[in-house]
Amino acid sequence: MPALSSSFIARRILAAAALVFVVSSAALALADLAPGDYVTATIGGDPAVAAAERQRLHLDRPFAERYRHWIGRALTMDLGESFQYRRPVLGLVRERAGNTAMLALAALILATLLGIPAGIVSGSGGGIAARVIRITSLVLLAMPPLVTSFVLLTIAARTRWLPIAGMGGITHLVVPALSLALPLAAMLERLQSEAISDALERTHILAAAARGIPRRRLVWHHAWRVSLGPLLGVYGVVIGSLFSGSFVVEVIASWPGLASLMRDALMTRDAPLVAGCSAAGAVFLAAGVLVADLAHAALDPRVGAPGA
Amino acid sequence: MSTARRSGLALALLALVVTVAPLAAPHDPARQFSRFPYAPPMRPHLFDDEWHAHAPFAYALRVIDPLERRYEEDRSRRLAIRDDQPVFLLGSDGFGRDVLSRTLAGARLSLGVAFAATGIALSLAALLGALAGYAGGRLDAAITRFAEFVLVLPAIYVALALRGSLPLVLSSGQVFATLAVVFGAIGWPATARGVRGIIHVERRQEYAEAAYAIGASPWRVIVRHLLPSTFGFLAVQAIVLVPAFVLAEATLSLVGFGFAPPVASWGTMIEEVGTGAAAADAPWLLAPVVGMMLTIVVLQVGSMSKSRLRDRK
Repeated sequence: MPALSSSFIARRILAAAALVFVVSSAALALADLAPGDYVTATIGGDPAVAAAERQRLHLDRPFAERYRHWIGRALTMDLGESFQYRRPVLGLVRERAGNTAMLALAALILATLLGIPAGIVSGSGGGIAARVIRITSLVLLAMPPLVTSFVLLTIAARTRWLPIAGMGGITHLVVPALSLALPLAAMLERLQSEAISDALERTHILAAAARGIPRRRLVWHHAWRVSLGPLLGVYGVVIGSLFSGSFVVEVIASWPGLASLMRDALMTRDAPLVAGCSAAGAVFLAAGVLVADLAHAALDPRVGAPGA
Repeated sequence: MSTARRSGLALALLALVVTVAPLAAPHDPARQFSRFPYAPPMRPHLFDDEWHAHAPFAYALRVIDPLERRYEEDRSRRLAIRDDQPVFLLGSDGFGRDVLSRTLAGARLSLGVAFAATGIALSLAALLGALAGYAGGRLDAAITRFAEFVLVLPAIYVALALRGSLPLVLSSGQVFATLAVVFGAIGWPATARGVRGIIHVERRQEYAEAAYAIGASPWRVIVRHLLPSTFGFLAVQAIVLVPAFVLAEATLSLVGFGFAPPVASWGTMIEEVGTGAAAADAPWLLAPVVGMMLTIVVLQVGSMSKSRLRDRK
């Protein structure tokens, strides 16, 4: 494995930090500059009470001043206090973000375990198995998480095999994680299938075949390694779609993740909470992109070379 | 037939069906048959029990237990499938409204938003992609960076944040416009990158140089000569964008930032289904979910060329 230049890593980390900063600032600005504020969205009514509440929450100060204040504290990991919950945003977000991360990670692992081996099988040979996998994938590709979660929930509720809402033991995780994982697994399967069949046509694989290396070893050892490169690039993009997908799954399966927190925050114009949720989302995203970039660079020396 | 042409045809067909379909709805989507909440789907018949032919009809429902919502078919009463009769080919919802009629009406709204948003996204993509590809240099770098930034963001959160920054209560016309603009503003980057690539190559072709040499302005070269070469690519991109926007509408309406309940869109319909348990008791309420799947399938299969359908090997 080629060594990564430290400037490459540093630049990537800097880009990730910039992403988090820009996203959370933009979210704060959007939530803050939107028509109406927390007071009009929740209390309304009596002007005297509203004015007092605005003063308490510093909503009577100009936006620039509040933004400076927020940035200053955010740099020390203090994201302020949520208007509606009257609790520090950081604690709230950490709780929910943990749940979202658990769901997303479970889905990612499931999708990888299902999709990659299936793709290797379908990409390296014909036969019934390959055909079944291919058709299943095509069906699942037409079923985004919104659809799979409704289908799986209906099945779970009819058969009473699995709990259908909320969080609890590992069984509560099955329906939402699978809803998220199935379409993703189908996508990974298609990509892996293409990658492996392309890899099998490379000359060094042909040479290996000519040396008499058995087909099984050729597929699962030699060609698989070659096909890894193109697939890793996809994982960076997958993190984003996983995150978008988990939103709808969380809502449908009542999974207490970032989605419902963000929705509450937006509904009540709870600006610090909106910014906090967005920051958490951006951290996930930046981490995902960073890992994918570094992995890609580690596999392909041209990417991480000095000056690249 | 090329993939681009197939894609265009599939889109046109879908648009046509969606425009015409609500006219065929048996009921007014807002009409409540309050005695028949959660009525199960009824089968249409052409022949009665004695094999006499009739105009299409269904047997009337008899309420057995209004609390448990149990119904029984009354084989002695034939009801015509018309607006004033409680006939529900896809069952009814909790208010006794016809799910079929609502699904058809919802298709027009949900796909309407998706088509409008796709139009906006493709226009933005063509404009920005062409600028980047033609100008090169700093402008190119700036647009490409920005596109990559937007591409990385989880789209649905961005849509939610943008929508959330507007007044919470909007009329349904305003919601339509808002969603179309918000989705359009998020959906352009992937397409713009493709357009940039095509323009970047085409710009160096002889016909483009010739047009420039006889004194055409850069703007004219872009619009008249270069952009037409991206139309096929744009048609194919639309196939991806339309279903994504249909899902986005559903997701936003589901969390209360899209259309508001009495309006029938696919999003408000699944919002009204409520919990998974409700969906298990009355699975016909998931008709709009099936609608979304059909949209995706129609577009993808429609745009696939024969060789893709047959298989790659």
